[in-house]
Amino acid sequence: MATLETSRPATTAAAPLFAGLSLRVWQIIGLAAVLAAACVLPFIISSYQLLLANQVIVYAVALLGLNILTGYNGQFSLGHGAFYAIGAYTTAILLDKTGIPYWATIPMAGVLCFAVGFLFGLPALRLEGHYLALATFALAIATPQLLKYKDFDFLTGGVQGIVITAPDAPGGLPLRADQWLYFFCLLWTIPLFIVAWNLLRGRTGRALVAIRDHPLAAATMGIDTARYKSMTFGVSAMFTGIAGALGALLAQFVSPDSFDFFLSVRFLVGIVVGGLASMAGAFFGAIFVEFVPNIADLLSKAAPQAIQGIVLIGCMYLMPTGVMGLVRALGHRLGRRVAR
Amino acid sequence: MQAFLHQVLSGFATGGIYASVALALVMIYQSTHHVNFAQGEMATFSTYMAWKMITIGFPYWAAFLLTLLFAFVLGVAIERIIVRPFYKAPVLSVIAVFIGLLLIINSLSGALFDYTIKPFPSPFPSDAWYGGPYLSPHEVGMIFVTFVVLALTFFFFRFTPLGLAMRAAAENPVSSRLCGVRVGWMLALGWGLAGLIGAVAGMMTAPVIYLDPYMMFSVLLYGFAGALLGGIDNPWGAVLGGFIVGVLQNIAGAYLVGTELMVTVALVIIIGILVIKPSGLFGRPIVTRV
Repeated sequence: MATLETSRPATTAAAPLFAGLSLRVWQIIGLAAVLAAACVLPFIISSYQLLLANQVIVYAVALLGLNILTGYNGQFSLGHGAFYAIGAYTTAILLDKTGIPYWATIPMAGVLCFAVGFLFGLPALRLEGHYLALATFALAIATPQLLKYKDFDFLTGGVQGIVITAPDAPGGLPLRADQWLYFFCLLWTIPLFIVAWNLLRGRTGRALVAIRDHPLAAATMGIDTARYKSMTFGVSAMFTGIAGALGALLAQFVSPDSFDFFLSVRFLVGIVVGGLASMAGAFFGAIFVEFVPNIADLLSKAAPQAIQGIVLIGCMYLMPTGVMGLVRALGHRLGRRVAR
Repeated sequence: MQAFLHQVLSGFATGGIYASVALALVMIYQSTHHVNFAQGEMATFSTYMAWKMITIGFPYWAAFLLTLLFAFVLGVAIERIIVRPFYKAPVLSVIAVFIGLLLIINSLSGALFDYTIKPFPSPFPSDAWYGGPYLSPHEVGMIFVTFVVLALTFFFFRFTPLGLAMRAAAENPVSSRLCGVRVGWMLALGWGLAGLIGAVAGMMTAPVIYLDPYMMFSVLLYGFAGALLGGIDNPWGAVLGGFIVGVLQNIAGAYLVGTELMVTVALVIIIGILVIKPSGLFGRPIVTRV
C-alpha cells in the first residue's frame, strides 16, 4: 500500500494554477461543468446511449463502494458482486412480491446490504490481505449458486430470475421513462458521492487511511481499528448494494448468472484502472467496466476476458495508481511549471 | 450404512484431488506468502493440452507425462516473466496480478479449445479388477495417483539436495543466498512443481466432472478450504485438510444440503475456519513483530 499517493502537498492547493485561479477553484468549475453536462446529456443522446451512460453512473457508485473498502481502508474484496446482487435482488423481490413503490426499495436495499456487509466484515476483522481475498473469493463463487437454490425459488425465481417493469416519470414531468430513470439514478449518485466525500476527507477518512497504511500504528494512536474496519465493510457494501438496486431497475431483470464471479472481478479491475483511493477514479473505472468488455468483444470474440486480464496486469506494471494517479501527477507537473 | 460408506470413500477419492490442489497452493505460499488464485486455471489449461494430445492420437500415459512437462514449464515461465517483478509489491498488487492471470488463462483455454464441455478419458478401464462395490476403478486410480504424487513430493523435499535447497530458500532466503542457493530459481522451481501437481489434479478430476474452462473453479475453492483447514503453511496439514474437505463435502452433499449447494459448503468451511482458527489445524499462528 505504500506506493499509493493520496496526500497532496498543501502548497499546490493554494498556489495559482492557471489564469490566476487556484486548483481548488478550477476543481469546482470542472465539477460544475461535469454536472451541467450530466443534466443536459439525456436530451441530446439516443436511448441506447442513455442506457449506457446510466449504467456507467450505477457502476460508479458500486466502484465507489469498493474503493472505500479497498482503496482507502486496504481491505481486499473479490466478492463485491455479491453485494451488488443482494441489492439488485432486494429491489426486484420487493417490486415483484409487495406493493412498495420503486423509490422506497432503494434505501431498503442499502440498509440490508449494510447489515450483511457489516456481518461479513466481523469475521473479516481478523483476516488480512490474502485471507480476506480468499473468503470474498468464496463468497463471489457461491453467490450464483445460492441465488439458484430451489428452496429460495419462491423469492428469487430460481434460474429464471425476476422480470421487473421500469418506473414511469412521476406525473407532470415531461420525461420518457428512460430519461426519468437516468435522473433518478443521478439523484442517488450525487448525494452518495457527497456522503463519501464528507466521510473520507475528515477524521474518519484519515483513520481509514491510517489503518490501511499501518494497522498497528493506527491502533496505537487510539483508532478503534475493529470498529472502523467492520463499519467500512458495511458502508462499502451499502454503496455497492444501492448501485445493485439501481442496476436492477435499469436492466429490468435480475438472474443468478448476471452476478457471477466475473462481475466481482470487473469491479476490481474498475477500481484498479480508475485509481485506488480516488473518488473521481470511480467514474473512469466505471467507464472502463462498461465499455471495455464491448471493445474487447470486438478485438477478440473468443477471449474477451483476456483483454481485461492484460489491462489489469498492465496497470499494475505501468500505472499502479490508475487513471486518476496519472491525472494527478500531470496536474502537479503542470502546476509546478506555471508557478515557476 | 453401505450408502454412507460409499459416500465417505468417494469423498476420500475427490479429497485426493483437493489435497493435491491444496499442496500446490501451499508450495507457492510457503516460499512467497502469495496465494495463487490462478492455480486452478493453470491446471485446466494443462488438462486441455493433455486432451489435445490424446485426441490427436498420443497414448494416454505419454500425453500424461508430456503434460506434466508442459505444466512445469508453464509454472516456471509464469513465475519468471509475470510474477517476479511483483515479488516485493504490496499484497493488493499481487492479488490483482493473480486475478489478471486467472482471466487470461481462463479465456485462453476457452479461445483455443472452445467453451463446449468435453469428456476426458480415464486411464483406468471401467471393468478393471480393482473396482469394488464402493468405489469405481477410476476413483481407486485417483486415490492411487494422489498417493504417488504425495510420496514423490515427500521424497523430493526430504531426500534430495534440490529439495533441501528449496526448503531452505523458503525458510530463510537471505541465509540460503549466502550459502550459495539461487533463491530466485528455487521460487520458480516451486511454481513449476505447483503447476505440475495441479496438472495431475486436473487430469484426474476431468473424467469425473468433464472438461470445460471453468472446471477447476470449484475444485480450487475446495483446495483453498483444505489448505486453510490444515494450515496454509503446513504441506501435510494441507493434504490432510484436502481429504477432510472432500469427505465433508460429499457427506454434506448427500445428507444435508443436496448437490446444488456444494460450493456454499466450501464457503462455510472457509469462513468457519478463518473465524475459529485462522491458522488451521496444524499451522503456525501468525506472529507480527512490532
